[in-house]
Order: sequence, then C-alpha cells, then structure tokens
Amino acid sequence: MPSVMLKKNAEGKLVFYVPKKDLEEVAESIEFDSPEKWGGKVLLSDGSKYYFEPMNEQPDFPVTLRAKRLDSGE
Amino acid sequence: MAALTKEETEALIQEVLEVYPEQARKDRAKHLAINDQSLEKSNKCITSNRKSQPGVMTIRGCAYAGSKGVVWGPIKDMIHISHGPVGCGQYSRAGRRNYYVGTTGVNTFGTMNFTSDFTEKDIVFGGDKKLAKIMNEIEELFPLNKGISIQSECPIGLIGDDIEAVAKKANKEIGKPVVPVRCEGFRGVSQSLGHHIANDAIRDWVLENRDGDESFPTTPYDVAVIGDYNIGGDAWASRTLLEEMGLRVVAQWSGDGTIAEIEKTPKVKLNLIHCYRSMNYIARHMEEKYKIPWIEYNFFGPTKIAESLRKIAALFDETIQAGAEKVIAKYQAEYDAVIAKYKPRLQGKRVMLYIGGLRPRHVIGAYEDLGMEVVGTGYEFGHNDDYDRTIKEMGNATLIYDDVTGYEFEEFVKRVQPDLIGSGIKEKYIFQKMGIPFRQMHSWDYSGPYHGYDGFAIFARDMDMTLNNPCWKQVKAPWKTEESSKVTVAAGA
Repeated sequence: MPSVMLKKNAEGKLVFYVPKKDLEEVAESIEFDSPEKWGGKVLLSDGSKYYFEPMNEQPDFPVTLRAKRLDSGE
Repeated sequence: MAALTKEETEALIQEVLEVYPEQARKDRAKHLAINDQSLEKSNKCITSNRKSQPGVMTIRGCAYAGSKGVVWGPIKDMIHISHGPVGCGQYSRAGRRNYYVGTTGVNTFGTMNFTSDFTEKDIVFGGDKKLAKIMNEIEELFPLNKGISIQSECPIGLIGDDIEAVAKKANKEIGKPVVPVRCEGFRGVSQSLGHHIANDAIRDWVLENRDGDESFPTTPYDVAVIGDYNIGGDAWASRTLLEEMGLRVVAQWSGDGTIAEIEKTPKVKLNLIHCYRSMNYIARHMEEKYKIPWIEYNFFGPTKIAESLRKIAALFDETIQAGAEKVIAKYQAEYDAVIAKYKPRLQGKRVMLYIGGLRPRHVIGAYEDLGMEVVGTGYEFGHNDDYDRTIKEMGNATLIYDDVTGYEFEEFVKRVQPDLIGSGIKEKYIFQKMGIPFRQMHSWDYSGPYHGYDGFAIFARDMDMTLNNPCWKQVKAPWKTEESSKVTVAAGA
C-alpha cells in the first residue's frame, strides 16, 4: 500500500510519484476519470498497475493517496 | 584519443568488473551502464541508491552530512548543534564554503561549530540534560540567534535520547524555533536520506509557523530559490538574474538563507528548484499543501541559463517574459566574449565527472558551451529519478557509473584518458598524481561562483587554467619521457 503523490503535468496528464521507490511515471489510463467518479485501476507508462478506491469526486490535485499495487511489476 | 564505441565501453566495464568476487561483481554490474538516449527510464540500465559493497572504497557521506552539512548548515542565523561526539561537527565545519553576509558569532553562525561534545558519561547516562543546558548557554552567549537546530549524530539514536522533548521544552523557554533533526549517520545508505530527513524536519517544525499570518505583503512575482547553497556565492549570481528579469526572490534555501525566509516560503507563487536531489521533497510538499507549483532550472552555462530563464518566465506574464529576454540580451556580449576567449583553448577536450546531487547532469551544458565533451558521469548518491534526467543530457555510448568505487574510477580513467576530471577532494590527488588535470567540483576548488552569467566566466577561466597549466607537462620523471629514452638508446649504441 504505497503512498502515492499525484499531480497533473503541463499536458494535463496524471503524474505518479512514489517517494520511497523514486518512481516518477505518467499514468496511461485511469478506470474512472470523470467529475462524478474517480479512481479504480491505473495503468502507468512503465506497465505497472495500481488501484485506488473509487471516490465520488475528483480529488484536488496535487494530493497524496494510498494505492494498492496490482501486479508485482518489473 | 577517439571516443569509445558502445562495444568498447561494454568491454571496458566487463574488464573492470573482472577483479571482483562473483557476488560483488554481480552487484556492481548493476551500477555501471552505457548511456543510451533512446531509453526513457533509467531503471532499465542502472540501479542506484543501494547500500555500498563492504570492502570497496566508496565516496559517500552519511545522513548527518546530508542534513547538517547540506540542508541546515547554511541557514545562517540559526545555531546548529552537532549533538554527539565532537568530531562530526568539527571535521565538517565550514568546508562547504556556503558564503553568507553577516557578522559571524554575533548575528550569523555559519562557519562556527557548536557541539555537545559527548563523552562516555553522556553515552551511559544520556545527553538530554546536557542538551538543555547547551541551549540555555547559547541563549546567553549568542542572544541574536533566531533559532536552534539539533543535528543528531549516531550515538543519539543508539542510546535513545528524547531530543524532541528537550526541543519542545526549550522552544517554550526561549520562544524561538528549536528543531530536532533525527539525522543519525547510520540511517540510509548515503547522505541522500539525510536530505530527506532534513526536509521533513523543516516541514514538521518550521514551514507552518506563519500559516494564517497574512501580514507579509506579497506580489504576483514572488519566487523562492530552493536548493542553492551559495557555494562560493552561487546563489547571489543566480539571484541577480532573477531579480533583473523582474521577479522578487523571497527566500534562498538555504545558502545565505535565514529562518524567516524559510517561514515565508509558503507565501510565494513559484518554487525554483536547482538541486533537485536534496530539496524536491519540500517542493512536492509545498505543492500539495500550499498549491505552489515548482520547476527545475539550471544556471550553468549560457545555453542552459537562457533556456531556464525562458522556462521560468513562461509561467509569468509578459513583463517577466520581456524581462527574461532583456537579461539574456544584456549579458550576451559578456558571455560571447568568454566563449570567444576560452573555446579555442578548450575545444574538443574530454571530461569525466563524478559528483553529488545535481552537477553530474547540470554542468554538462556549461562544458558543451566551451566546446568540451563529457564522456563519463555519475552520482555519489543519486536516485533513479536523477538518472532519468541524466540520460537525455549525455551522449550515446558514454559511461554512467553510480556510487563508483575508487578502483573502478581509476581504471575507467586509465582507459578513457579524459583531459579533465571533475570530482571531490578524495579523488583529487590520486588523479593529479596520475598526471590528469583535476577540478574539485563540490566546492568549486576554492573558487566560484559558477552559477549564472558571472559564474560562467569564472567557470571558463578555471577550466582553462587547470587544463592548460604547463605543470602537466612536467609530471613525468625526466628519465621516463620519450626523448630521454631516445638519448639512452643513442648513448648505448
């Protein structure tokens, strides 16, 4: 359950940052990404997958959230 | 000597690794790589921020060095107590040349050493009482200090002293910030964790001091310079450029900085990060908590300076953008003259670097402006995000080495034969004795500043005076030169 710092980059894409792992990666896709619902499975550009508990509104980026790692990666 | 091809570099790495026992060889192989610009992510080619191998010579420092020496030390109006035995503070005292303005011992304390000087007694019975006493003494002797930080050395964590409690009590008594920093040297694998711990201490104990206090008048052009330690005056050379383009520099973190500046930083509009490695943590925190955006910039060499000034200006309105262009135009004659003078003397020279947090990638541009080429670079304590940012800056098939050992570095140099090496004091004399020009790039070899346009002129002069120094022709013993061997042969015949 790593803490992930999320922010939007200049192109409006979601950037993932996990301090402990020096992981700085752009999110390719997010399962739910609408004003009413946000979260679910997130696929990063390096191929790893994370899961956020879906929430009822867009979080106010940048924000730190707990994520679940879905695969072992690498 | 011509540049190595990819295959030759690969062979060189294998050759160097040969002497290690199998386990060590496997481990070290992950830290040595050949640059490939097509890679997006460095973790495909290099491993970093791992514990050094026992038995090899590493050049890394400790968490205390990262916190006291780098992040906290330069804050000039605070007193930083090296809490523990006397050596750590004394041997790191003033060595980094963080310049500052002020009267040392009266209102600034940068080059002084404050320590609790632990003895056996303190280890056995605990040092908390001594610490409390020291803070009272400090208040009495140096009443103009603006705060105290307690920089833990190894024994504090080992004996379990409660410095937080002492700090809280002292804070009430003296009414100034007292910051306990848990930067015991044994934490982490290098000074890098010390930077992180120091950033977290600022976050927890200092940054929110003025939350809700709106008495500080702000402007839309407020910025903070973060991660510039004013080595040889670097931050001043950077600050003038930013101010000339119309920005207001509210805080300098932490070279020539004060605690008041740090407390005011949450009021700025943009954080400018020079040393990403040591201060990105606090920038990310401020982005999340205070919604202050941050960008990285690079003030080494005119190409990168112009690039950075435009990048910074793009985040502000037209007056600042025009200001940036004006600054670049104003200094153009100056830096063109520097390049015209030194480029012919330095053109085509090859450089190998092995330094700390930002320079292995940031100075590449400055060398390229002088027509030089960086053929190898590496970080003492960089993380993968540093290498991500380095890959694009370096040429293809150049060497990248992480936490390089003394042996590896020497072998690389013998084979690559660079014209100049830029690294730290521990490497300096080895390479000078090998007859290779060397610059100590941690504190600019007692020179500087190297940032900004003013710094570039000094940088170019220093590189020239090192590289083209006639002494390098005298390093070989007279009877070992080619000419003398010819004479001997002639005499023998």
